[in-house]
Amino acid sequence: MSEVLKAPLVVEFPFTRSLGPVQSAFLTGLRERVVLGVRASDGRILVPPVEYDPTTADELRDLVEVAPTGTVTTWAWNHAPRRGQPLTTPFAWVLVRLDGSDTALLHALDAPGPDAVHTGLRVRIRWAGERTGAITDIACFEPHDGEPARLTGSTGEFADPVGGIVAAARLDYTYSPGRAQTAYINSLADRRTVGERCPSCRKVYVPPRGACPTCGLPTTEQVEVGPRGTVTTFCIVNIKAKNLDIEVPYVYAHIALDGADLALHARIGGIPYDQVRMGLRVEPVWTDGARYPDHYRPTGEPDADYDAYKELL
Amino acid sequence: MTRDIAVVAFAQTDVRRTTDELSEVEMLMPVLHSVLDRTGLKTADIGFTCSGSSDYLAGRAFSFTLALDGVGAWPPISESHVETDGAWALYEAWTKLLTGDADTALVYSYGKSSPGSLRDVLTRQLDPYYVAPLWPDSVALAALQAQALIDAGDTDESALAAIGTRSRRVATLNSHAQIRGPVPQGDYVVRPLRTGDCPPVGDGAAAVILAAGERARELCSRPAWIRGIDHRIEAHSLGVRDLTDSPSTRLAAERAGAFERPVDTAELHAPFSAQEVVLRKALRLDDSVRVNLSGGAIAANPMMAAGLIRVGEAAARVHRGESDRALAHATSGPCLQQNLVAVLEGEPR
Repeated sequence: MSEVLKAPLVVEFPFTRSLGPVQSAFLTGLRERVVLGVRASDGRILVPPVEYDPTTADELRDLVEVAPTGTVTTWAWNHAPRRGQPLTTPFAWVLVRLDGSDTALLHALDAPGPDAVHTGLRVRIRWAGERTGAITDIACFEPHDGEPARLTGSTGEFADPVGGIVAAARLDYTYSPGRAQTAYINSLADRRTVGERCPSCRKVYVPPRGACPTCGLPTTEQVEVGPRGTVTTFCIVNIKAKNLDIEVPYVYAHIALDGADLALHARIGGIPYDQVRMGLRVEPVWTDGARYPDHYRPTGEPDADYDAYKELL
Repeated sequence: MTRDIAVVAFAQTDVRRTTDELSEVEMLMPVLHSVLDRTGLKTADIGFTCSGSSDYLAGRAFSFTLALDGVGAWPPISESHVETDGAWALYEAWTKLLTGDADTALVYSYGKSSPGSLRDVLTRQLDPYYVAPLWPDSVALAALQAQALIDAGDTDESALAAIGTRSRRVATLNSHAQIRGPVPQGDYVVRPLRTGDCPPVGDGAAAVILAAGERARELCSRPAWIRGIDHRIEAHSLGVRDLTDSPSTRLAAERAGAFERPVDTAELHAPFSAQEVVLRKALRLDDSVRVNLSGGAIAANPMMAAGLIRVGEAAARVHRGESDRALAHATSGPCLQQNLVAVLEGEPR
């Protein structure tokens, strides 16, 4: 078997999330260096505050200010911070019960080492320099040798409350496509389109994914198909895609390559968009250095009979 | 409950650190064929199919639809999917069989964690407002739970090390386990958890077949009857919970009937050593119960499959006559966030 193909894959998305009234008050409060909790149905003060009671599911709206000082309830020493975490130097993850709260908030504690941290340690919030109304407005906690800090007297009402957050998320992968698709991609590099045949129903799948979706069996026999094929159906694209240097309108089509039992899809060129039709015979156009056909163009053959491709629609 | 439903077959892959040469469906297909072969059933004979997986693991959108290729889902089959461990897919299939709409169900799940960085990927399941922006990784959260247990006097670092050591020792008898036999306890990953307290990251898949009533007896000489199954969840904010306890596990076990009579075997889904301490307490397991003879999740923890494997391992022991009444537990989320308990029984021999 040929060497396994691998490629970096980055999945990145800025999630824009709207906030409920309690979340909005809490995060706006952080922006203003005020910490708010919410009174639960059983009278406990929950920090961070939630919109609904964790036990009864009652709607909670009674905001209560708590202090920016508190006590560590459990901790874990992180000697190797990872991307996105609150500090870039070794720190302790902590759950902190703020003075005036009955529950604990998760955050980072900046401390010189694990020997400086213990459950019961007194800590205070270190505010971020720039605050936007997000949990990261708390830069981290730091040890605090003293009494509970005084409250600001906030009622939980602020000018210009935040209505949402933008949470950037990025995950990095090293993707490998598996046996069947690796073989397919490697063949394409030699300008050959190679599908795989199901041992039971004998259908040839292009591109192959390693399994026959009808029979649920591995497809192992490789079958070269094409290079010519038939347009089974198509659409006319009128909207220019971002980062795609193709003039609109153009035609995107399903193409049943000769010998294949599944249509693949590709762009049709070399013919005015309004003359593309079902049954049109096409062939791939390769460009230097590309690992797949740039587009397909008419061969000039007579159109295929509908009966020849109707099962592949 | 008006119908008796049993696990009649179980299959799993070897769990490996990487499976670069296989796509998800290529990894899954042998397990599907194996579990069907054990019963002689074909896809067309199966009344309902339910799977569990998460696209985030391999970063592949709609991977569960591609995985269906391995089932042979055309003409269209009756099918569903859960974006969590396959134990919850089994729960859905069990309810489907209870309705009488189907007599047999295929349940499978798979996880290919090797393409990504699992510790980071799992941060994306956390509260998106207050927690996920801090990127607290899965080991860090488990470490907070472990420290809470140590502070409460429920365990200490050497007792935690012993849990991992025992699990990997018994895993020498499990050819599918990823880590079999002794490994050094190692350095802290996130203190107080060391390498030996943490599950290996690996790729794998599992499948079971459920059948109702007489159909189960036809397909299996000693079906593992599901006497009860239930799942419960904790409050989502970690700081609201008592991390040293698992009320949701206890309640699920109670509803599943686990406390009505003693079990002889338990398969616990405790990816981190300290979580076994929590589960033993919540499930009131004493030394008379054989716990995690498979080696458990600390020897092999393929995401989305490890919980279903617990049910499968417990059922397989009933099938083989090695257990008469077994408890299977599955978990999902940080610090045992959600818990499922099933009680399986064999008929008297």
